[in-house]
Amino acid sequence: MPKNKDIKKVLVIGSGPIIIGQAAEFDYAGAQACRVLKKEGVQVVLVNSNPATIMTDEALADEIYLEPLTVDTITRIIEKERPDGLLAGLGGQTGLTISMQLSENGVLDKYGVKILGSDVNAIKKAEDRDLFRKTMEEIGQPCVPNEIANNIDEAVAAAKKIGYPVIVRPAFTLGGTGGGIADNEEEFIEIATVGLDMSPITQILVEKCISGWKEIEFETMRDECGNAITICSMENVDPVGIHTGDSIVVAPALTLANKEYQMLRTAALEMVTALGIVGGCNCQFALDPNSFEYAVIEVNPRVSRSSALASKATGYPIAKITSMLALGYHLDEITNEITGKTCACFEPAIDYVVAKFPKWPFDKFIGSSRKLGTQMKATGEVMAIGQSFIEAIMKAVRGVEIGLDSLNAKPNSDDDLMTRLAAQDDMRLFTIYEALKAGVSVDTIFDITKIDRYFLYCLQKAIALEEELSSQPLTEELYLKAKKSGFPDSFIKRLTGVDELPDYHCSYKMVDTCAAEFDAQTPYFYSSADKECESRQMPRSGKPVVMVLGSGPIRIGQGIEFDYSSVHCVWALRKRGYDVVIVNNNPETVSTDYDTADRLYFEPLTPEDVMNVIEVEKPIGVVVAFGGQTAIKLTQYLVDHGITILGTSAHGIDTAEDREKFDAFLETIGIKRPKAVSVNTVDEALIAAKILGYPVLLRPSYVIGGQGMSVVRSEEEVRQFMEIILSGKISNSVLIDKYMPGIELEVDCISDGTTVLIPGIMEHIERAGIHSGDSIAVYPPYNLSESMKNTVVKTSVEIARGLGTQGIVNIQYLVQDGELYVIEVNPRASRTVPYISKVTGIPMVDLASRAMLGETLVDMGYENGLAPSSKYYAIKVPVFSFEKLTDANTIMGPEMKSTGEVLGIGRTKTEALYKGLAAAGIDVAEIRKKPNQGILISVEDYDYTDAIALAERFTDLGIAIYATPDTAKAIRARGIDVTTAHNVWENDDINNLIETGTVNYVVYTGAVMDYSVGDFRVLYRKCMNLKIPCMTSLDTALALSDVIAACYDQGNTRLIDITKAF
Amino acid sequence: MKKGYLILSNGTVFEGWKIGADTESVGEVVFNTGCVGYLETLTDPSYDGQIVAQTFPMIGIYGVIPEDYEGKCAVKGYIVRELCDTPSNFRSQGILDDFLKEHNVCGLCGIDTRALTRMLREQGVMNGKISDTPECDMDEIKSYRVTNVVSAVSSKKAHIYESNGEKKYNVALIDYGAKHNIIRCLQKRGCKVTEYPYDTTAETILADNPDGIMLSNGPGDPAEDVFCIEQIKKLLGKKPLFGICLGHQLTALALGGQTVKLKYGHHGANQPVRDLKGTRTYITSQNHGYAVVAESLEGKGTQIYANANDGSNEGMEYPDYDAFTVQFHPEACGGPQDMEYLFDRFTQMMEDKKNAEE
Repeated sequence: MPKNKDIKKVLVIGSGPIIIGQAAEFDYAGAQACRVLKKEGVQVVLVNSNPATIMTDEALADEIYLEPLTVDTITRIIEKERPDGLLAGLGGQTGLTISMQLSENGVLDKYGVKILGSDVNAIKKAEDRDLFRKTMEEIGQPCVPNEIANNIDEAVAAAKKIGYPVIVRPAFTLGGTGGGIADNEEEFIEIATVGLDMSPITQILVEKCISGWKEIEFETMRDECGNAITICSMENVDPVGIHTGDSIVVAPALTLANKEYQMLRTAALEMVTALGIVGGCNCQFALDPNSFEYAVIEVNPRVSRSSALASKATGYPIAKITSMLALGYHLDEITNEITGKTCACFEPAIDYVVAKFPKWPFDKFIGSSRKLGTQMKATGEVMAIGQSFIEAIMKAVRGVEIGLDSLNAKPNSDDDLMTRLAAQDDMRLFTIYEALKAGVSVDTIFDITKIDRYFLYCLQKAIALEEELSSQPLTEELYLKAKKSGFPDSFIKRLTGVDELPDYHCSYKMVDTCAAEFDAQTPYFYSSADKECESRQMPRSGKPVVMVLGSGPIRIGQGIEFDYSSVHCVWALRKRGYDVVIVNNNPETVSTDYDTADRLYFEPLTPEDVMNVIEVEKPIGVVVAFGGQTAIKLTQYLVDHGITILGTSAHGIDTAEDREKFDAFLETIGIKRPKAVSVNTVDEALIAAKILGYPVLLRPSYVIGGQGMSVVRSEEEVRQFMEIILSGKISNSVLIDKYMPGIELEVDCISDGTTVLIPGIMEHIERAGIHSGDSIAVYPPYNLSESMKNTVVKTSVEIARGLGTQGIVNIQYLVQDGELYVIEVNPRASRTVPYISKVTGIPMVDLASRAMLGETLVDMGYENGLAPSSKYYAIKVPVFSFEKLTDANTIMGPEMKSTGEVLGIGRTKTEALYKGLAAAGIDVAEIRKKPNQGILISVEDYDYTDAIALAERFTDLGIAIYATPDTAKAIRARGIDVTTAHNVWENDDINNLIETGTVNYVVYTGAVMDYSVGDFRVLYRKCMNLKIPCMTSLDTALALSDVIAACYDQGNTRLIDITKAF
Repeated sequence: MKKGYLILSNGTVFEGWKIGADTESVGEVVFNTGCVGYLETLTDPSYDGQIVAQTFPMIGIYGVIPEDYEGKCAVKGYIVRELCDTPSNFRSQGILDDFLKEHNVCGLCGIDTRALTRMLREQGVMNGKISDTPECDMDEIKSYRVTNVVSAVSSKKAHIYESNGEKKYNVALIDYGAKHNIIRCLQKRGCKVTEYPYDTTAETILADNPDGIMLSNGPGDPAEDVFCIEQIKKLLGKKPLFGICLGHQLTALALGGQTVKLKYGHHGANQPVRDLKGTRTYITSQNHGYAVVAESLEGKGTQIYANANDGSNEGMEYPDYDAFTVQFHPEACGGPQDMEYLFDRFTQMMEDKKNAEE
């Protein structure tokens, strides 16, 4: 059947902020879906609270709402826009859950909105564990023995019946939030209790633990007439027991013989057929390594992280095809775009191996558990393509930016090798490598890890090759063998001691969905040590080539916003008549879609890998400004090798990045910054801190998201933090600043070298000391005098010009006692670019890209200075993933901890903030409906003044004040009613207040690293489970009080279509 | 390891390392795109006369599993990028290199199989030689023809395979190089299978009074198999008949149709086949270098399946003769099992015939 012509207007629900378990893959999927819909002439109404996405761009949708992803708000959007259809399966679990709720509460029926693709029944059958099981039983597909429990007694009985060990899986949560494996009843009760709390429907699944079985996934596609195919098989190198998002994954599945492979493939197709899926669906299986016994783990009836990986691994655009099927097309009516002549109803043939390696945030949470289990902890991932497992894994490891160019890593603890081997943490691959080197047998390692021996043998071969390289003369043949195994030159040089390596020219092979069976012209390449290079053979347009470097894996401090910027840069350059080449290794992104740039190189962003691409592409210049620190870090190397950097010069970049050079620069233009001293040792740091006076701020140079930065208040803390920083092998010096708790401002400037355009100034709600990425940022500024505004503009222009900025620069300021200080300058696009672009209507990346190429801002129609303010407030609210990182320190500080962000747009600051907070999961209007209204305040003595003001404010709002003894004393001294609650270590007061719902807000400040942190962590978790906002900054709490006072709710805010508003 | 070379009839030389038997060999070079199923490929008799190159770069990971063999290992040579000598699978009984040696198959590893595939795709299948030296007599390569291969792979005498469970039908399987899974698929459905050598006369078969006739897959150019075609002529219309692959081509020829050689054939597990009578497209396993020209059979039969990629003929039905034939492999192994239900169609035909006779 061809397209359903009744569908004229479609609502697409995005996935919201980036959190662990839901990253950029849904922007990639959503952006593909929007493009399909527009191409088919369907009007697209988009709603997503995440402003950093590409899908929320005017180019992709007709009506765009950056509004909270809640049932109430989306109901209002439906009421207003009256779409005919809804795409439910492209916004991750968030989009799917909301769609189901809208169906169940009758909104969709009332407004005649049809769920496109898999229908409600199919989704229910796949999502509801009971129905799913029943369906599987009907078609004879084995599930893991399990029981559903709705309370702890049922749960314990179920676990007893099944027998330990068991796995707890809460229903309807993301990335397995709140789950875990229990070996005995005691452990079980703890995990099951959390699981029941986390599940929005208070339901968990207690399941037989099949840890150690192979974990195999199939990505399937099915249309409404029953055509069903598998796009890609994937094998988790880490067997069942570690969440697939935290597993090293290879595609295709490598260790299955045809019999097992077809058995599971057939099962997957029978499953999607029985469920009635229309579109992409992920099927996960556990397979006993010693028999044909298998069990269905779960299905995801939507596009997913795995489907993004499968799309990039095969070249088959799953989200695009899913959208077409949702519009009524049949699979065999669609042409495979890659070959341009074959049918999309086929199964891609792969002639390479893909490896995915997760990116974990443990560097941000020093001291928190690195143990991996059924709850996902990775924020992002890289993918690598090679001709063998080892080549792919070598590329993946050096691309994931953990300071490694081989599989040899320093242990992260002093435990002995065998203990570490059993630890099941993020270092496992490297520990195994170390163990194999130490002579531990493959069988022993298999017994401990259950990782298939095949992978272990591959590692063993890499070790043998290392030995060969370090013991034998480096012949050309041996060198080529090392290159074929994915060894980078840096590693080969270290092993051989040879500086002059043989002549080598990297080749590039094409990803073409068909293993070369058909002629394809997809410009999607990966490197190989073969002779034949398909990239060099490909005809070129003759236009000048520009290379854009992407930003690698999503991590805290470097998220989806850099993909937005990279992609917009590519679009801008293509429009200007350049042939644009992109290099990136993140499979979740739009930038690695095969038709974003003229040519895509799926490669690690390391000096050697990038230089190899440059050798083939011979670009007139390389753009580093949009790929975050990942790209910026490569600048010096590229310049040293004679490569032209487009935009701000390497000199300008270095001046901004190197804090000493930066100080000197600021002095020449007469701009202040907080007093700072550069140190290299603990002793130097102690002296410097004493001279500056506590508190001080410690910061290493060249880091992302303030990594290793801290506010410290004592000698003891200086010692502690310096040791942590120095142990991180940071080669640049550490800067110690006087800590100044002023107002923080942030601007992004676009400059052609002469004219400097400032699209907007953002003011942070939290004072300096909290990382800008974790602060609530308000545009336009709400508390800034006209004269200070002028000073900011004047200073920004001077800095941008002084650094020779050609393109974009981000500047962060501090205002204290009426003086403006510069905190830092990032000579690149920052995380605020997408949101400021959207709310000012100034296409910042487009302008910056053109400025890089020599166009003047005046010619582009812009003047020097600050652009006029928008009529709306736009407030960015950070979102954290602490649900997934159970023991992370949740106190805000100069080190960034948030994984994503949402935007609230409103007529007033409070309306915008209400929306932003609601989008981030704190709906003040809902909290106001609760019977008791109370706030618990517990702060350090330096915060008493602010705490008193806060207590006054909340008292005025009719909210009862509770405080820990010392804080209570300070508040009471000012005549404010306050109830004393004893500290957590004293008695159960606080627990009772929280559990009984007596308090609905918690404000806590304290030292970042002392004995009380543990207590706070427990408190925070409890609050999180009960959805009680737990703030660690008094500024946040004060802003929240304004929102409470303003009485907004999800019915009375103005819905703002950003395509019409700015 | 010893250096080795693949010399193609167009003069191209690929350098790699010798694997398997220490011999040299000339054959027609084809590529197979399946990511799994190398054992099924190696033991598929339809590959007789051919040097098979695997496009998937890592071969041998699950070792050697004798119970998965499909028939005689008849390949003339085997080409891979990387051969695994440390397999891992609970059923594995050895390494692939030893299998090749045992079956006297020489091969190469370390070849850029993608470059080779692209060349075959662009220039069509061509002959090649796996050689110990980079130079050789090109005439030897160019003059090679895949010939007399059915006789080489067919069984020499009849075999009987009992049905699984209750016997419902007697099936006569003519073995042109049958894959064993055809037999298993029939046994599963209550068929007792009598496998006849390719050179069995129609009269002999009909004398055994089977309920249905199954024509197997097999290697080579179908037009060469004149004797077989003559027998099929005599069998058609007598009993329900189901043909697979070579069996499909021979049936077409028996009815006066034509076959053509494809540029580089279909060898893999991902070929989409459109059901022209239904609404669906199925993923199939395939291994053939020749195709039936559907137009040449006008008036005799109807095309029921077509390749969704290149439109080539994938299946015919001949209602007048109670016969249907397919180009792809419904028995799979290796590859997707989505079309196994065609064996049900065949048993249904036998059932209907039985009922009609009663």
